[in-house]
Amino acid sequence: MSSRERVLGRVRRALAGLPADPVPYEEAVARAYLRQHGERSPERTVELLAENLADYRALVHRCTAGELPAVLAGLLAARGARTVLVPPGLDPGWLAASDAERVADRAESTPAELDRVDSVVTGCALAVAETGTLVLDGSADQGRRRITLVPDHHVCVVRVPDQVVASVPLALERLDPTRPLTWISGPSATSDIELDRVEGVHGPRTLEVVLVGESR
Amino acid sequence: MNGTFLGMPAFPEAAREAVRDERLRGNLRHATHTIRAKRAAAVAEVSDWAELREAGRRIKDHTLRHLDRHLLRLEESVTAAGGTVHWAADAAEANRIVTALVRATGESEVVKVKSMATQEIGLNEALEAAGIRAYETDLAELIVQLGDDRPSHILVPAIHRNRAEIRDVFRSEMAAWGRPAPEDLTDSPAALAEAARLHLREKFLRAKVGISGANFMVAETGTLVVVESEGNGRMCLTLPETLISVVGIEKTVPTWRDLEVFLQTLPRSSTAERMNPYTSLWTGTADGDGPRAFHLVLLDNGRTDTLADEVGRQALRCIRCSACLNVCPVYERAGGHAYGSVYPGPIGAILSPQLRGTASGIDASLPFASSLCGACYEVCPVAIDIPEVLVHLRERVVQGGPATREGTKVVLRPAKGHAAERAAMRAARWAFGRPGVLRTGQRLAARTRRLHPRTLPGPGRAWTATRELPPVPAEPFRDWWERTDGGRNEGDAPQDPEETK
Ligand code: SF4
Repeated sequence: MSSRERVLGRVRRALAGLPADPVPYEEAVARAYLRQHGERSPERTVELLAENLADYRALVHRCTAGELPAVLAGLLAARGARTVLVPPGLDPGWLAASDAERVADRAESTPAELDRVDSVVTGCALAVAETGTLVLDGSADQGRRRITLVPDHHVCVVRVPDQVVASVPLALERLDPTRPLTWISGPSATSDIELDRVEGVHGPRTLEVVLVGESR
Repeated sequence: MNGTFLGMPAFPEAAREAVRDERLRGNLRHATHTIRAKRAAAVAEVSDWAELREAGRRIKDHTLRHLDRHLLRLEESVTAAGGTVHWAADAAEANRIVTALVRATGESEVVKVKSMATQEIGLNEALEAAGIRAYETDLAELIVQLGDDRPSHILVPAIHRNRAEIRDVFRSEMAAWGRPAPEDLTDSPAALAEAARLHLREKFLRAKVGISGANFMVAETGTLVVVESEGNGRMCLTLPETLISVVGIEKTVPTWRDLEVFLQTLPRSSTAERMNPYTSLWTGTADGDGPRAFHLVLLDNGRTDTLADEVGRQALRCIRCSACLNVCPVYERAGGHAYGSVYPGPIGAILSPQLRGTASGIDASLPFASSLCGACYEVCPVAIDIPEVLVHLRERVVQGGPATREGTKVVLRPAKGHAAERAAMRAARWAFGRPGVLRTGQRLAARTRRLHPRTLPGPGRAWTATRELPPVPAEPFRDWWERTDGGRNEGDAPQDPEETK
């Protein structure tokens, strides 16, 4: 007997004594919890996102679409970034004002090569206001998972208010499970040493978020 | 003794050692109280906590009720997404599968994400025996591995170590495992984290095989979820060419939508955060992004035996948040090592004796490692009635009865030579020697019983029986109160009554 049959057989025997259960799954599970916590205007939801991101030590900036190239150039320069990783589908206009050298993420680039890059700039799939979370889904403006992981400085651009959802339930609804998803809430952190929080163990130590909207 | 718990003394003896260790108790007390307070605040932030908890309980119960169906669906969707599914009935089989998979890659080292399932099966030791070196990459697990130590907490495995000890371990051990610690390493947490970053980075960048567990597996879509903070998880899940995930069958949830419950309750219960810094979700393999080969090893190892127990099966709802550890007065004093299992604290006291059976001294004593105060039940985000299961298991140890072992129904006899009663008496004596523990237990036991009337009278009797046995503590309560500042400073533990006999 294969282990598959053995394990499934044990499961079935363990459940054998139970009465029939004809209730379909969606009825059996009470979903009395909230879809989101509280009513907010779209502006207020964006503010909440900014507050929660900052609370988790991300650096938050706000600007209009027209200001974005200057803002990104400023962030990279302030960081002293000489090289910047660029996902294949990033709007080329975004980095038009920066003189940092563009590094493309090619399939054959090794992790060690990525490790030598100073910064990475990406878009996102969406952001969750109540938890201060950015979600990346590997789309062309976000690139492969590893490019936002290995460099020490990640700048993520969020279009507000369209890309902002209030809550985790509303986020999952909009995401495609077949894509590789990375949820990011603040920079890498550890509390393993006497519960003192330290930013940056393996992921980027600095996370900057630019909220881009029509108005500031 | 890294990772192995064989030959552990039973809980009361191990706990007695632990409570004598002042530094350990100081570290533990600080840690559990800090997390406890933060967690309460994080939970208070969401007004629908009770509803989320109820939904979590029902999702897990329904999954367990139809586990065969959900496992088949999971297998189908993981396979359709490009993964390969393996089934392991026990630890030895899981280790054989993983070892063979690593061998097939031709590699002799792997990087690991913190995973309790792989600790439970002793995977690192099995790989080592096959000439494969496994590197733990979670900071706390690294501290434990370098120190040839055992984890003592689910979430913060090195909770028992302070910064000076960690620095010493890094200084003396890192060189033997790869990049040495910097010459001038101080004990500041930032410096220690930086040393770990440098040490592990060289491993991540060259790793070809990653090994992980998973917090959840979605049957409907074949998606696996890993929740973490440091980014070591993301490194292991995305940089290697081959990814092997070893996951207990009970980690299944039926639908994508179910994640909306657990991604809200797990971080708040666990690290007291609105959301942990990193959550990775992947479905099979993705073109050009992440590992080219993905293997899922579905682990039974006692879970189906636990499933067969109608009272005890609720332990399989556990999402390993560790909230129950942080509120447990017994854990706070005894520490995680005393439980002699990878699952410490209240959840360990009910899960380990079910996964492993109660044949050994340590497993027979675990159901008694509690004051039955009920605090663990109150914080549990999936509402596992830990006191109810404890009482049920106590009854089984003392009186024997039907159980399932390795898929076969057996009738357990009361433990030979009244070993069980001895274990129970010792645990009770241990509690009686520590009025703080006992007080909490007595104050809340009545309330717990009221909540669960169906556990009476039989199991209730088992508890009252143990309460009458111990002798009066050597030190009068009033003296103890004075000396320890009302229990706040129990550093020099009261004399053990057993030794004064
Ligand atoms: S038993 Fe409940 S509180 Fe304890 S670790 Fe599991 S889920 Fe968390």
